[in-house]
Amino acid sequence: MIDDSLWFRPPPRPGSPPSAPPKAEPAVVEVVIDGQKVEVSSSWTILEACRSRGIDTPTLCYLESLTPVNVCRVCVVELAGSRTLVPACSRRVEPGMEIRTDSPRVRLSRRMVLEFLASSVDLSTAPQAQEYLAQYEARPERYGSPATPTPAGERDAREPGHHHLPEGTAAETVAQPVKVDNDLYVRDYSKCILCYKCVEACGTDAQNTFAIAVAGRGFDARISTEGDIPLPDSACVYCGNCIGVCPTGALMFRSEYEMRQAGTWDESRQTSTDTICPYCGVGCTLSLHVQDNRIVKVTSPMDVEVTHGHLCIKGRFGFDFVHGGEPDAEPTRDG
Amino acid sequence: MDLRFHGPEPTADERAAVDSVLGPPISAWAGGPRDLVAEGHSSAVGGHEARSRRDLLLPALHAVQDRFGWIPPGALDYICRRLTVPPAEAHGVVTFYHLFSLSPRPEAVAHICDDIACRIKGAESLCAELNHRLGPESDGSWRRSPCLGLCERAPAALVLNGGESPEAVTLAPAVADDIVAARQSASVGWVKPTEASPEDPVGFTHPTSSVPQSGSPTLRLLGRIGRVDPESLDAYLASGGYAALNRAIEIGPAGVIGEVMASKLMGRGGAAFPTGRKWDAVARATDRTRYVICNADESEPGTFKDRVLMEGDPFAVLEGMTIAAFATVSERGYLYIRGEYPLAARRMAAAIDAARAAGWLGENIRNAGFSFDVELRRGAGAYICGEETALFNSIEGKRGEPRNKPPFPVQFGLFGRPTVINNVETLVNVPPILVQGGAAYAGIGTLGSTGPKLFCVSGHVARPGVYEVDFGITLGDLIAMAGGVPGGKNIRAILLGGAAGVFVGPEKLDMPLTFEGTRAAAATVGSGVVMVFDESVDLGDILVRVAAFFRDESCGQCVPCRVGTVRQEELLQRLRSGRPIGDRAEEMSLLREIGQVMRDASICGLGQTASNAIESALVMLDPFPEPEADR
Repeated sequence: MIDDSLWFRPPPRPGSPPSAPPKAEPAVVEVVIDGQKVEVSSSWTILEACRSRGIDTPTLCYLESLTPVNVCRVCVVELAGSRTLVPACSRRVEPGMEIRTDSPRVRLSRRMVLEFLASSVDLSTAPQAQEYLAQYEARPERYGSPATPTPAGERDAREPGHHHLPEGTAAETVAQPVKVDNDLYVRDYSKCILCYKCVEACGTDAQNTFAIAVAGRGFDARISTEGDIPLPDSACVYCGNCIGVCPTGALMFRSEYEMRQAGTWDESRQTSTDTICPYCGVGCTLSLHVQDNRIVKVTSPMDVEVTHGHLCIKGRFGFDFVHGGEPDAEPTRDG
Repeated sequence: MDLRFHGPEPTADERAAVDSVLGPPISAWAGGPRDLVAEGHSSAVGGHEARSRRDLLLPALHAVQDRFGWIPPGALDYICRRLTVPPAEAHGVVTFYHLFSLSPRPEAVAHICDDIACRIKGAESLCAELNHRLGPESDGSWRRSPCLGLCERAPAALVLNGGESPEAVTLAPAVADDIVAARQSASVGWVKPTEASPEDPVGFTHPTSSVPQSGSPTLRLLGRIGRVDPESLDAYLASGGYAALNRAIEIGPAGVIGEVMASKLMGRGGAAFPTGRKWDAVARATDRTRYVICNADESEPGTFKDRVLMEGDPFAVLEGMTIAAFATVSERGYLYIRGEYPLAARRMAAAIDAARAAGWLGENIRNAGFSFDVELRRGAGAYICGEETALFNSIEGKRGEPRNKPPFPVQFGLFGRPTVINNVETLVNVPPILVQGGAAYAGIGTLGSTGPKLFCVSGHVARPGVYEVDFGITLGDLIAMAGGVPGGKNIRAILLGGAAGVFVGPEKLDMPLTFEGTRAAAATVGSGVVMVFDESVDLGDILVRVAAFFRDESCGQCVPCRVGTVRQEELLQRLRSGRPIGDRAEEMSLLREIGQVMRDASICGLGQTASNAIESALVMLDPFPEPEADR
């Protein structure tokens, strides 16, 4: 006779899922911000310390989900004992730091950085930057009227170390025709402030695809695929994470771009609805932006643990089926 | 990482050029033929190894550029495959350096320096003549170049001949005939043929052209130049070479750092940081993998002392590096030399080989139980790569963009390891310190600026060249040493410290050229540039060239420098043409604001100093005089 009773009994299930051992509490350091002594965690950056105290610090190239590159320099603060201003977004707090966030030096640098950007880049779809420009009383018109935009591909062909001497009466800009080479999104590098966010999101900070990188040097530096080839030929997987992190609207859903061209884009008529992506089991949170009962773009909230704002091609762009067959057909029971 | 390629397959020649640097590929993963027995069906053999060699990206690109005169797409794809570098990133790296080209160029290209020192010695008329003889610059046979570091013999040209046996020729003073001949003939050697002779085939005894003091017995740093064959280790040893390393071995690493601290040696690259403190910080680092780097990316306009040292006394540079490695217990070193210095690169490479063969580099040097080896890396045309953290990125095969500091190189340098990085001249000061003792060395010069110092005197002086003096000499005395201004003309302005330095007027001739003396006069020693402009010079033209230089050489990473250098150049052009926006006073205050944001908020020293020379000239020298009618 065969004994078929269980010979192994698993231990009882724990009441709650096991958790990681507690992390060591980071040390607390005391710093002085704008004359006030504050105690903050030693793992924080100056920016985190400022924001925890409600001190408004502008940022453009910074995003919580990406490695700080500290290139826009709009978040600079004055640090006692430092010859130069320091970027709040990447500089960690150290005991005894004396930080000033609103000194004349800080205000001048922030205003100039904003003027430099506004005089060389189209910030019309960057509401945050517009707010900063007003707040810091930037006057980008001081540099003259914008120079004539360059024809398509001209900036991409520039070689480092050479430029034509400008006359100086018009301000050089990065203006150039928008790049429309696929059905999903467009690249309008007239609006690019070169914050590196898209490169980071395409690379090790999110997607690990490396379809784009910074090319060229100096004022001719630009975001580019290899040899400026169109996106469909490149390594791009259309996750759209670059669009998600772009602070100026240089990278934009084709749907949004076309509606803006047609003059039908109207954010006041849009609603945003959070849902879960229907495609796979990961369960990414989608925010569906809907105008006139049509999804016009999809984002994901930054503060959702599953995505940190990042999605894949399906969640980001695979929403057309919702609209049914004919774009304007009334939905029927059969779908 | 899923690499995607779309371009043409590499030709056999392109593969050969790349393989000459990287060796034959070991698997299909790395671009070779597929060996199913060795690799199985997964074909991932060698992936990790390929990725760990990213630092060979620049050498591989050089090999292709040298071979074809440009970088064909098939070759670039092949390099990417071999090193597992995403093509977009490789494209970003190639387009960062102006000696690389992604579009076809003629195999021979003449790079003509039109920077400030050459500008006042006829560079523009040379360019005009080449325009006539070789066609317009846009045809690619010749190109304008920033300072080539041959200012003492201006105007200068660098002719790069690609092909199976690539050649690089520097010509200074350059005339159109020689440039055209050098482009056509692959037989022209590394140096101008007239400088070599049967008794002196390497052409090293022509010192008067670069070192007017050559032969003087008091020289400490330039003593061997023009007298001792730079290609002979025996000659170096016979002239007292490597005595300092022997002494270092006697007193041990801590003793060496003590001597260097006692010498109060300050870095000679321009930032004047105490060398001993740098070494000490690395020696105390917890990370045992450390690097020593010799920064030979001398690109500051008007600076050529490092080139003269490397061409004339390469073993002294190596000895300095070896002592630095011994003191900080570092086993690997890199010498990063700018791509525009072919002769210096060749001499340094030969010196490294000779030293290694004789046991002065390699395992267990002099049986003292320490090992150190040096690898030479060539830059590819980027002033910014002289910035220490940009130099690390360049060696690592990335774009030469500076990193934010802190962390500093002594904590987080090359490959993220503690790194000593010193300028060539700084390292050449180390052997004399050890031979005579740090305290005795500190007795040379002044209290705040110890030791001998090399000055690169160029422009309107009778005998331009590298001058070695003890710290403390006044500006006027140095110019007098160089023979003063020829033709009885008056001095209009003097540029101190290069494009990143400041202009001073003739009223500052009494200023001692020390760190403290120049600081008190709101000037700088910088890299030791003393460029003299007589009253015939159009200073406005010089200032616009300085502004254009910074615009060209900005890496483009941070906004203040990327846009500020453009706005500064535009503003100068408006002042020059007398078409200000608003009035001149508004333009001047705008220029000051542009200068301040670049100084305060730029990531690195390039942006922080990009307005120094221009602002100093505008304050003191009135380079853009208003027309009489407007006053």
